[in-house]
Amino acid sequence: MGNITTIAKRELSAYFASPVAYVFIVIFLLLTGFFTFMVGGFFERNVADLTAFFLWHPWLYLFLVPAVGMRVWSEERRQGTIELLMTMPITPWQAIMGKFLASWAFLGLALALTFPVVITVKYLGNPDLGVVSGAYIGSFLLAGAYLAITCLTSALTRNQVIAFIISVVVCLFLILAGWPPVTNILTKALPDNRWIVELVSAFSVMTHFEDFQRGVVDSRHLLFFLSVIGFSLFSTSVVLRSVRS
Amino acid sequence: MIKVENLTKTFGPKVAVNDVSFTVQRGEVLGFLGPNGAGKSTTMRMVTGFLPPTAGRVTIGTHDMLEDPVPAKRLIGYLPESAPCYSDMTVHGFLSFAAEIRGLRGDAKKTAVHRAVEMCFLENVLHQSVDTLSKGYRHRTCFAQSIIHDPEILVMDEPTDGLDPNQKHEIRQLIKRMGEKKAIIFSTHILEEVEAACTRAIIIDLGKVVANGTPQELKRKAPNAGAILLRVNGVAAEAVTGKLRAVDGAERVQLVKDENGTVTARVFPKSSSNGEFSKAVGAAAQGWRVEELHIEEGKLDEYFRSITASDTAKK
Repeated sequence: MGNITTIAKRELSAYFASPVAYVFIVIFLLLTGFFTFMVGGFFERNVADLTAFFLWHPWLYLFLVPAVGMRVWSEERRQGTIELLMTMPITPWQAIMGKFLASWAFLGLALALTFPVVITVKYLGNPDLGVVSGAYIGSFLLAGAYLAITCLTSALTRNQVIAFIISVVVCLFLILAGWPPVTNILTKALPDNRWIVELVSAFSVMTHFEDFQRGVVDSRHLLFFLSVIGFSLFSTSVVLRSVRS
Repeated sequence: MIKVENLTKTFGPKVAVNDVSFTVQRGEVLGFLGPNGAGKSTTMRMVTGFLPPTAGRVTIGTHDMLEDPVPAKRLIGYLPESAPCYSDMTVHGFLSFAAEIRGLRGDAKKTAVHRAVEMCFLENVLHQSVDTLSKGYRHRTCFAQSIIHDPEILVMDEPTDGLDPNQKHEIRQLIKRMGEKKAIIFSTHILEEVEAACTRAIIIDLGKVVANGTPQELKRKAPNAGAILLRVNGVAAEAVTGKLRAVDGAERVQLVKDENGTVTARVFPKSSSNGEFSKAVGAAAQGWRVEELHIEEGKLDEYFRSITASDTAKK
């Protein structure tokens, strides 16, 4: 545990040592504000909830999370510091967890800084805070799933741009597989095979994020996000091992 | 402290390290020599546990590197070839991180960082970002990282690469001093460094150990070791070689130079050189104007070239 903390501390300080952290937080907050109030029609809806806010998260994270995670392993490989890290008296798993947890905590911080939206809606009406917390948990898990995928693609290459693009594509697939416009097309194409459509959409983050938005913290959805994270991080360890041999 | 047995590493069809075995005891400084691409770095990466070997075994202290990597790695300080550092940290931050991951906390950490900074002369750049350091400082920062926990074993891949002559000297002295209490392996292709700092040297070529011994032993194996070099003035080259060939115990004579009336020749003895032979050569030279006459002790780089030239000769 001590080693994970040491790695995570270093990783977090690396974010804040460069402008990356500040730029990311500012852009994330500006974009969530813009989409919630200008595009999402927060005021026009005239309902005291945060649907207009959380609706955009899968799409915002699609670009912002890979931007945060792309450097995690590729930079380590490009600079050669992976050789230092892997000859330190730690297990590869501790390094993987430390790095992942640091980036996830950073994303959590950015998400926490959206609290003025909650204050606004609380001031204007009487929202169900249970629903809001559920949606926040879902959003955080969603970010974690994207991040774990980005860690995996980042371990695959020493080029950050490639890591970024591959993660965006993979995450986009995870959105589209359950996005209504896509599932509608699938349903029309395969009217007799509903199960295929359901199978495909079961892999989508949209399907699983929806319930959280309604404030339902269902163990199945929890399990989905945690297994995406677990699977990606496990694959990261496999990739890192094969990179070395 | 370090025991390497039958270590082999292949990358696809390419054999990078082929059946390498050696041991390093406490108090030994092992110089690792070889042409570029001979497998020095790959061997060191396997010793430090960065690369898993294809076959063979590395034992650090009492721990097997494959089965028990964490305690094994705890004993090692490692300076990789390119001296990588986290460029987004300050020197102090980087060294504190290295100390912390080695399990040092609180005062012990402070003392360790302070000691490493002092040994590597990093006071001036302590709070500078690694990004902005010159190559020499960056190298020393990574060096400081490797000795921060005062390890029993040091593995250094070209520790003096990219340093200026003063710094090179300083690092060599440091290695020599630390070598009294630790087991050290370092690679280099500067041969004088081996003579200056090593108690033993291994020469590796095309992934194989081709020589293993003290620098003196290796020097003695150089092709010219034991030969007698003679420089005379005012005698024809043929006369010199002819007379030398007739010396009792001479195996062959090599004409090194014939310039402006000065002839330089080398006489190789049949058996290893001894006083008798040099006396005989001296006697043969009687009457000539001798400018120089001495027994060659052999040079490490001659020996190095004589056993590793294979791959460059082909090209």
